Amino acid sequence: MMFVTVVLIQVLLLNQIQFSGFVNPYLYLLFILLLPVSMARYQVLLLSFLLGLTIDVFSNTPGIHASATVFAGFLRSPVIGRLSGRESEINDYPGLKQNGMRWFILYTAVMVILHHFFLFYVEVFTLSRFFATFFRSLASSVFTIFMIVLSQFLIFRD
Amino acid sequence: MSSLFRYLLRHHVFILFILLEVLSLVLVFNYNNYQRSVYLNSSNRITGNIYNAYSKVTNYFSLPRVNQELAAENARLKGLLAQQPGTVQLPENMMQRQPAGEYSFSFVSARLISNSVNRQHNFITLNKGRKDGIKPDQGVISANGVVGVITNVSESFSTGISLLNPRWNISAKLKKNDYFGSLSWDGRDYRFAQLNEIPFHVPLAKGDTIVTSGFSSIFPEGIMLGTIESFEKGGGDNFFVVQVRLSVDFKSVTYVEVIENHHRDEIEQLQKMINDGNNLD
Repeated sequence: MMFVTVVLIQVLLLNQIQFSGFVNPYLYLLFILLLPVSMARYQVLLLSFLLGLTIDVFSNTPGIHASATVFAGFLRSPVIGRLSGRESEINDYPGLKQNGMRWFILYTAVMVILHHFFLFYVEVFTLSRFFATFFRSLASSVFTIFMIVLSQFLIFRD
Repeated sequence: MSSLFRYLLRHHVFILFILLEVLSLVLVFNYNNYQRSVYLNSSNRITGNIYNAYSKVTNYFSLPRVNQELAAENARLKGLLAQQPGTVQLPENMMQRQPAGEYSFSFVSARLISNSVNRQHNFITLNKGRKDGIKPDQGVISANGVVGVITNVSESFSTGISLLNPRWNISAKLKKNDYFGSLSWDGRDYRFAQLNEIPFHVPLAKGDTIVTSGFSSIFPEGIMLGTIESFEKGGGDNFFVVQVRLSVDFKSVTYVEVIENHHRDEIEQLQKMINDGNNLD
């Protein structure tokens, strides 16, 4: 259900905003962020791939989003482990309320930046305009982080 | 054998990761083949219908602007008619009375139901498809100028490459002296494209009009592309680097026309003969 929600919000709302021509927030990453911590990693990977491919079909970019979501899905578990020291401390549902503001913002920021940089560099597929792409990734990351944190207060609260 | 199996089992996450990553990148690289497949792009039935329903709602918000554009287009066409008294008297009946073969180009009107300007490779989705006579490689224009070209067609939707896509060049010329070059987009700003292959001896001025050359069989000659914003001598080669301000506002374009060239097969056959001839010697 949440899968459908984030996909529709992404393709119908966020992909149409096109703020200042090159910044595009990718809220759909929230779906991967909020999968239960105890979920098997191969399931996380498969769901990430499915999510990326769905976004790809809508935006005519076969493989680009899929490769980035798989990358993010793979690094999710190491990131959670590194951020929370002892695994027993964090709630199975990695939301904002359950684990505190500071932990969630840090978790979101790391995941979003990893995902966005992978996505934008695969998209241009060259290092020739390294800094232009760097700036685009960073600007979009800030927007996505802001929206994901905001969404925790507005819609996906439970 | 069993140790190999144990190894695979222990690293199954990493192997699955590599597998899915390779699969995605294969999709990225084989992109040009996948353009031909209908299921992995937004002209398929599910995504097409979702976009269509969505744009039906949002279209109401742009109606005032669209009306204005149509009125301006009408005025321009009436102006053209007035310049040629006697030659065209019954424009509304013209298409029906003459056989299609008499005209090189015919037009199908359509609506954009999906469009983007902020990617590296931008695409358009139209609400008309095969049953409306749309075919791949037909040009898409709006009242203001060139928008893109159709690549994929399903029964009632079609997708195409927008002019804002570095994978596509379009043959363009200066309106005032017919010098031609190729126009392409460098992926930076959706308002500007770059005109290449204009040699140094050609006189250029800011504000010069760039139109289609008519050399390709996709667009007729003289469709508006944009005006020169700035130009400079590039380092190394003998061509100007020309920035062109595009005449179409890609952020707001909604209603478009798809161009069919009735002589396209004939032209392409002739060009193919030339190419084959070149290969022989």
